[in-house]
Amino acid sequence: MAVSGIIFIGFVLLHMYGNLKAFSGHDAYNEYAEHLRILGEPMLPREGALWIIRSVLIVSLVVHVASAAALWKRARRARRTQYVMKKNNASSLSSRTMRWGGLTLLLFIIWHLVNFTIGKVNVSGGATNDPYNLLVDTFDTWWMTLIYLAAMLTLAMHLHHGVWSSAQTLGLTNNTRARRNAKTLGWIVAVVIAGGFSLVPIFVLAGVITK
Amino acid sequence: MTDMPDTTLTSDPSHDAPADHGDDAAGYYTPGAPIADTKAPGGPIDERWQTRKFEARLVNPSNRRKLDVIIVGTGLAGGAAAATLGEAGYNVKSFCYQDSPRRAHSIAAQGGINAAKNYKEDGDSVHRLFYDTVKGGDYRSRESNVYRLAEVSTNIIDQCVAQGVPFAREYGGLLDNRSFGGVQVSRTFYARGQTGQQLLIGAYQAMERQVAAGTVEQFTRHEMLEVIIVEGKARGIIARDLVTGEIETHLADVVVLATGGYGNVFFLSTNAMGSNVTAAWRAHRKGAYMANPCYTQIHPTCIPVTGAHQSKLTLMSESLRNDGRIWVPKNKADCDKDPRDIPEEDRDYYLERIYPSFGNLVPRDIASRAAKNVCDDGRGVGPEVEGVRRGVYLDFSSAIERLGVDGIEEKYDNLFDMYARITGENPYETPMRIYPAVHYVMGGLWVDYDLQSSIPGLFVTGEANFSDHGANRLGASALMQGLADGYFVLPHTIRDYLADGPFEKVDESHPAVVEAKQAVQDRVTHFLSTKGTRSVDSYHRELGNIMWEYCGMERTEDGLKKAIDLIRTLKDDFWRNVKVLGTAESLNQSLERAGRVADFIELGELMCIDALNRRESCGGHFRGESQTEDGEALRHDDQFAYVAAWEFAGDDEPPVLHKEELVYTAIEMKQRSYK
Amino acid sequence: MKVTLKIWRQPDAASKGAMHTYELDGVSEDMSFLEMLDVLNEQLNGKGEDPVAFDSDCREGICGMCGLMINGEAHGPEVTTTCQLHMRSFKDGDEIVIEPWRADAFPVVKDLVVDRGALDRIIQAGGYISVNTGSAPEAHSVPVPRDDALRAFNVATCIGCGACVAACPNGSASLFMGAKITHLGELPQGQPERDTRVVDMVAQHDHEGFGGCTNIGECTAACPKEIPLDVISRLNWDLHQAMRHGH
Ligand SMILES: Cc1cc2nc3c(=O)[nH]c(=O)nc-3n(C[C@H](O)[C@H](O)[C@H](O)COP(=O)(O)OP(=O)(O)OC[C@H]3O[C@@H](n4cnc5c(N)ncnc54)[C@H](O)[C@@H]3O)c2cc1C
Ligand code: HEM
Ligand code: SF4
Ligand code: FES
Repeated sequence: MAVSGIIFIGFVLLHMYGNLKAFSGHDAYNEYAEHLRILGEPMLPREGALWIIRSVLIVSLVVHVASAAALWKRARRARRTQYVMKKNNASSLSSRTMRWGGLTLLLFIIWHLVNFTIGKVNVSGGATNDPYNLLVDTFDTWWMTLIYLAAMLTLAMHLHHGVWSSAQTLGLTNNTRARRNAKTLGWIVAVVIAGGFSLVPIFVLAGVITK
Repeated sequence: MTDMPDTTLTSDPSHDAPADHGDDAAGYYTPGAPIADTKAPGGPIDERWQTRKFEARLVNPSNRRKLDVIIVGTGLAGGAAAATLGEAGYNVKSFCYQDSPRRAHSIAAQGGINAAKNYKEDGDSVHRLFYDTVKGGDYRSRESNVYRLAEVSTNIIDQCVAQGVPFAREYGGLLDNRSFGGVQVSRTFYARGQTGQQLLIGAYQAMERQVAAGTVEQFTRHEMLEVIIVEGKARGIIARDLVTGEIETHLADVVVLATGGYGNVFFLSTNAMGSNVTAAWRAHRKGAYMANPCYTQIHPTCIPVTGAHQSKLTLMSESLRNDGRIWVPKNKADCDKDPRDIPEEDRDYYLERIYPSFGNLVPRDIASRAAKNVCDDGRGVGPEVEGVRRGVYLDFSSAIERLGVDGIEEKYDNLFDMYARITGENPYETPMRIYPAVHYVMGGLWVDYDLQSSIPGLFVTGEANFSDHGANRLGASALMQGLADGYFVLPHTIRDYLADGPFEKVDESHPAVVEAKQAVQDRVTHFLSTKGTRSVDSYHRELGNIMWEYCGMERTEDGLKKAIDLIRTLKDDFWRNVKVLGTAESLNQSLERAGRVADFIELGELMCIDALNRRESCGGHFRGESQTEDGEALRHDDQFAYVAAWEFAGDDEPPVLHKEELVYTAIEMKQRSYK
Repeated sequence: MKVTLKIWRQPDAASKGAMHTYELDGVSEDMSFLEMLDVLNEQLNGKGEDPVAFDSDCREGICGMCGLMINGEAHGPEVTTTCQLHMRSFKDGDEIVIEPWRADAFPVVKDLVVDRGALDRIIQAGGYISVNTGSAPEAHSVPVPRDDALRAFNVATCIGCGACVAACPNGSASLFMGAKITHLGELPQGQPERDTRVVDMVAQHDHEGFGGCTNIGECTAACPKEIPLDVISRLNWDLHQAMRHGH
């Protein structure tokens, strides 16, 4: 679970870097998208590297979701009679919403793929074969931006707990200082990633990034 | 607190006076034949244990599996024995009344465990530990047993360290020691204030390992209620499954009782709520002698009673007396004042006044009695409980001035916290209040050198037996005894008995088994069907009050006789008027307590008779009639240098007193003095 | 003072339970929480009602026998055991909800009493150092750095009360298990069995039906001995090492 989570983190960091290319304008962004497809050529066929990344992500996703489901199921079985009254003294909101938050992310990821990768849906009815234009069209629609921002908030929360949790799961937090560092890192990763992703939609909606 | 200057026996004033200290208990008992320990080999004291180990017969490893051993109790004494006998390959069944073996009351010991390792090169040795223990016990213990205890003490530390017990260490990585209870050498090993816990967890883990290996079967939430005697030998127990209420028969080749102390006869004590005498008492009623039952240790530094609701008392380590000064107001009128407003000249630092050379560090029994005296004098402090203030100040203000708050924090942090939590007062700002409480019993079932009781096949270890501490136990020596018995003594001596086994199988339909089971059943039925008006706890409290008043820190002939009458009346009322609700077939905590209180009542009576008989003061037993001119304890070795082993003679019969004479070959008897 | 108690009553494991309400007057703030329940029981006994069953033994915070869920908090509002909680932590007129530890691995025996045998079985699976009596080397033959000994001690203070399980949203016993693994793993004596210990204990833990740890941290907040979350990290570290070593 921790490993798959960290793979995701690595991926979203790259992904975010790519997205931020949108600030460099239409051509730079599309070039980057094209570059992803020809990465590794001629050692690998076209889209080869991309498919490697994709398969790693798909495997990770399966592992991640499967372990999440297993943990969830175990937790439900571990306490079938609930407390009449139960206080939360130490848990963060993020830690308590990992499961529903994760599910939300799953739904979002599906929509996201439908939107940009598999289905290529342009909600404003425009062309879908130009990645940059698809992006701008999408985020020009206020409710799409809202969905994406909500998803980023969910992701931030997921990472806030997830980063520290994975450090703990990997056995890297064996003393107070390491624990504090891991928790701080959780905040940083959450803010950087969710913040970084949010910039593009916000700037599109604000009219700074245009076709 | 023992290594005090001595005066030899010849200066004992009792020797100048004609020695007749009466027969106070005449009419309350029947004299019986003298007894002796026949198992300790003769010869030089330092060779006896080696000789015994060699002479004790061996059991063939392939036979061990066929031998069933029942061990009741999972404290240091029982847990260590279960682990060791399991490792040896015997078939062990272990019982405790708690929900896990790890919760036995050994867990509560704070201070530490003694061992004659002499790591400090400060002159310690097996012989010195032996000497201190016999002397600390006021020359009322059996020397062969004590010597052996000192001898195996060093193995205990090795064993515990190997198990992972996290004793305190020095910077060099070696074990740290401290001096405890005023002795002049540092021989106490400790794990902060939780030594008992760490030692018990070590024994518990060793035992759980054997549970996994299949040699030990553990029965938790099981209370032993009867011992089964077949043809004069202990052959099993009747236990009640406390969850289902089922009354079970467990048969074996040998039975070991490691059931701890009976301090709860006083209702309020530092013992656990469930600590009881039932196992020992049931064995006593079936023929095991009860030795020196009146020897009780009362610990001076406990948190005082706050009200009628009090369920138990909490001990605070005696190390506090190293820095705290004990006082009460000189004038009764000041007793309810804020102590900080009482000027220095109106305070009575009574220990420093009466015992100038030892001051606040006098032994436990002396400190306790002095506190009682000032409170009886009307100068106690704290809330009035039943019209009397029972508390004295333990004041750290001068220590705080000397060492600073940080210095005190470093030394006593957890104790101060505990005090604050229980009392709601901040001991850094206002003096602590303390009062003595029952803490430990030196008395217990009589055993020989092999730890076998007067019933063949019934062995008794740990606090449940009487063997090693005489009339007073030194700090940090009970843990030592529990582990010595469990790891190193019993496993050797029990094999001599088991070498005759496996014994002929006993059938559950044997009349002795049926009878024992029926007796337990009848008692349960009786309690549930009495439908009286008073709760079990109310009887227990009343018994405790009687015992504390008349058989506590100071005992007198009149008081004890009165107590015996009161207890007999109470007993009668208890059996006719107790109210126990619920059913026999489920968890029923009132029912459990009823059985325990019934046995405490009978024990209380015997304790008073024993105290009445012993018209001398020794160790924890102080008879008002036997004191020096300035109020100090006075022993009478010419008349009382014996173990009083009591035999049960029947419900309305006076008990029979067997005397085991105490002979000292390796040590000379002296009178204690602390002035 | 006067309090209203809402207490879980359940006659035995098989029966269904429910919350019952009792009013209790004359409570003194010097009483411990359990002494307050003693007073209630004394009154119930007087009225001919079955007293409330609850566990306790040492009543000084060390045996681990006591343990109640008090107003939704394991061992109540202070960082201590139930037996060391005093009524001065409550106010006159308070309503106090009292429930047993809830975990399927801790079945209710009666009222507030649960069966924590699962914790013993986790220890049986490997929570020890295998050394037979009498076979130990001289204690000073293996020096242990003071800091390691101290760290081992700090986590060896676990009293096995189960509050961590009770407080954990996942019903996991990882804090308890981690404390033992860290205690033994810190010491040189514990090294030979380090791999098998963690693998076997974790397997038993999962077998008992405890949940998996997701590092939420309610356990350590409820722990009366303040066992830190480090121990769970240590547990995981040891588990990965053991797996790398082929276990
Ligand atoms: C607060 C406190 C502090 C102490 N501090 C120290 C110290 O610093 N140093 C020191 O050396 N000593 C100390 N002592 C004394 C010492 O702890 C005990 O004397 C010793 O631990 C007793 O061990 P044990 O194995 O004999 O009995 P226990 O540990 O009391 O065990 C008794 C066992 O018997 C079982 N049992 C009892 N009755 C029955 C029954 N009827 N049926 C089934 N099972 C039964 C119980 O379940 C338990 O498992 C202290 C004692 C107290 C109370
Ligand atoms: C597909 C959608 C996702 C789902 C359903 C999901 C679900 C979960 C769940 C249930 C947990 C368990 C932790 C707990 O319960 O506290 C978890 C942990 C974690 N997740 Fe996700 N998650 C998803 C996507 C992501 C993404 C996109 C990332 C990273 C960008 C991520 C990173 C992590 C990390 C680092 C952990 C901690 C792992 C550990 O403690 O070992 N997850 N996830
Ligand atoms: S880790 Fe803490 S809460 Fe859990 S069992 Fe141990 S002492 Fe209790
Ligand atoms: S009763 Fe022992 S810890 Fe609370």
